[in-house]
Amino acid sequence: MDQAQEQKITRRINFRIVKNKMASGVFLAATLFGLVVLAMLIYRVVADGIGWLNMDFITGKLSTQPERAGIMGAILGTFWLMLVVTPVTMFLGIGTAIYLELYAKKGRLQAFIQTNIANLAGVPSIVYGLLGLTVFARAMNLGNVALAGGLTMSLLILPIVIVASQEALRAVPGFLGEASYGIGATKWQTIQNVILPVALPSILTGAILSLSRAIGETAPLVVIGIPALLIPFPGSIFDKFTVLPMQIYYWTIDSSLTAEYANLAAATIIVLLLCLLLLNSAAIIIRNKFQKQF
Amino acid sequence: MDIQNHLAKDGQTSIREMIQEKRKKRRVKETFEKLIPKFLLALAMVSILTTIGIVFTLLSETIEFFKRVPMTDFFTGTVLKPLSQTPEFGVLPLIMGTVTSSIIALFVAAPIGLMSAIYLSQYASERVRKIFKPLLELLAGIPTIVYGFFAFTFVTPLLREFIPSLEATNILSPGIVMGVMIIPMIASLSEDAMSSVPNAMREGALGLGATKLEVTRKVVIPAALSGIIASFVLGISRAIGETMIVTIASGSTKNFTLDVTQSMQTMTAYIVEVTGGDASTGSTVYYSLYAVAMTLFIFTLLMNILARKISQKFREEY
Repeated sequence: MDQAQEQKITRRINFRIVKNKMASGVFLAATLFGLVVLAMLIYRVVADGIGWLNMDFITGKLSTQPERAGIMGAILGTFWLMLVVTPVTMFLGIGTAIYLELYAKKGRLQAFIQTNIANLAGVPSIVYGLLGLTVFARAMNLGNVALAGGLTMSLLILPIVIVASQEALRAVPGFLGEASYGIGATKWQTIQNVILPVALPSILTGAILSLSRAIGETAPLVVIGIPALLIPFPGSIFDKFTVLPMQIYYWTIDSSLTAEYANLAAATIIVLLLCLLLLNSAAIIIRNKFQKQF
Repeated sequence: MDIQNHLAKDGQTSIREMIQEKRKKRRVKETFEKLIPKFLLALAMVSILTTIGIVFTLLSETIEFFKRVPMTDFFTGTVLKPLSQTPEFGVLPLIMGTVTSSIIALFVAAPIGLMSAIYLSQYASERVRKIFKPLLELLAGIPTIVYGFFAFTFVTPLLREFIPSLEATNILSPGIVMGVMIIPMIASLSEDAMSSVPNAMREGALGLGATKLEVTRKVVIPAALSGIIASFVLGISRAIGETMIVTIASGSTKNFTLDVTQSMQTMTAYIVEVTGGDASTGSTVYYSLYAVAMTLFIFTLLMNILARKISQKFREEY
């Protein structure tokens, strides 16, 4: 091989290596972009809100005067909402998952339910809001109370809970069930005493993550018609209520009129994000601590 | 003799009773076992009922709407003035707003999401991956209302430094922020697609002397293309259905334009505006809500079905 050709090849190889290195840098930068935006978002919220976050703000009532406003009503509203959503989704979600994974014969019905769940997961949350408005708030005459909001929210996150529970049940090793059948247990006894306890940590992790989705969701509740007015603290699931995201929404859109509302919104966001962080940490702890390895 | 007789008789009855009792217990247990699947099936039917409920409510009110406003006016009208004296119900401004914001979102999320996926699945070491991936997923866990706040109070003022003609509410800023929101979704779905490309193919190309970039471009991406495209389609579907970011940051002007510096209303934002106001039940405005929601529902449903078809049909089997 003559010298010139060899040089040409070396140059070409070097060029390819440099190109690869540069591309690697670009890909890293793209990955960091998302993280930088995340950091900016959190910085922005904390900078705006931390000065307004104190005990009076958390325990106070809503008020039109920014200095006196508090979010206890929204915190209680979120609590009542979750008191509806948690049992309803757990019951329906786990039940459906058990049926689909352990009872249903592979066939048309099972495939139909499965496709239907996949499609429901893609329906925009605002459409669930219209369903809730039409069915729960109007047709069943519940009005815009925590029960109506909670049932709507339950339907919204149900597909996620079902899919997460199905995955958890599928991950239970088959020999555990076989052993249980082998000593004469019936199918339900096996599910109740062997399969469910093993799958429970993963099911709970999935359920908690979906619940945190419901806590941050706003659109369906706007549609149901959560009042922007000052309402008394909700005392049960049959009371009118507001939740943290709704309060953030109203304060954000009003911030172009009264600048301090932006600070109130930011302070509320801090509270909301802390709640979500707490829930997510709980989910991770449950997963790491109670999950058995086979 | 009498006593013995009695004992025997007693013994017989008690054994018979025991057997009967055992049988009864078993029968109860058996019926219980048989009832359980039926009960669970009933629970599973709730998700079917939800679908029926959604389709039925949307459809019945939409039909009522089309009795008052002709279908052609709705689908070809470029003017939406629901509350004026001479109301006009053209849906095109809303579709324009929805499509524009979703395309902006895709312009942000598709390249960045795909490149993040390439970095995480092809370049990053296991340790870096374990740190970056959960952090990126945090982006997906942030409530959309928080993104709305971010778009309105931070991104719009920031963009105005560069584009002075930008209005306080505009479609550009929520579009970009929605893009950021769907980055983790596209990244994680594309990464799954690329990770499922068998290592033998990758190693074959590396063995021939290709660089990682060449392997990614010429082997991994073509093999994972269906999954990547499906992730884009799902991303658009998420953006179309997204509500709070556009409601807060894009305002409620029903512009039929392609000028992204202006306020444009999306279908979702229209639903929020009308339900938030006092559209009395039975008014044409009230029914228009359901017609718009129906359009939105069909849009996202088609997108989701398309995404599933793409990833099923063009999946390469190895």
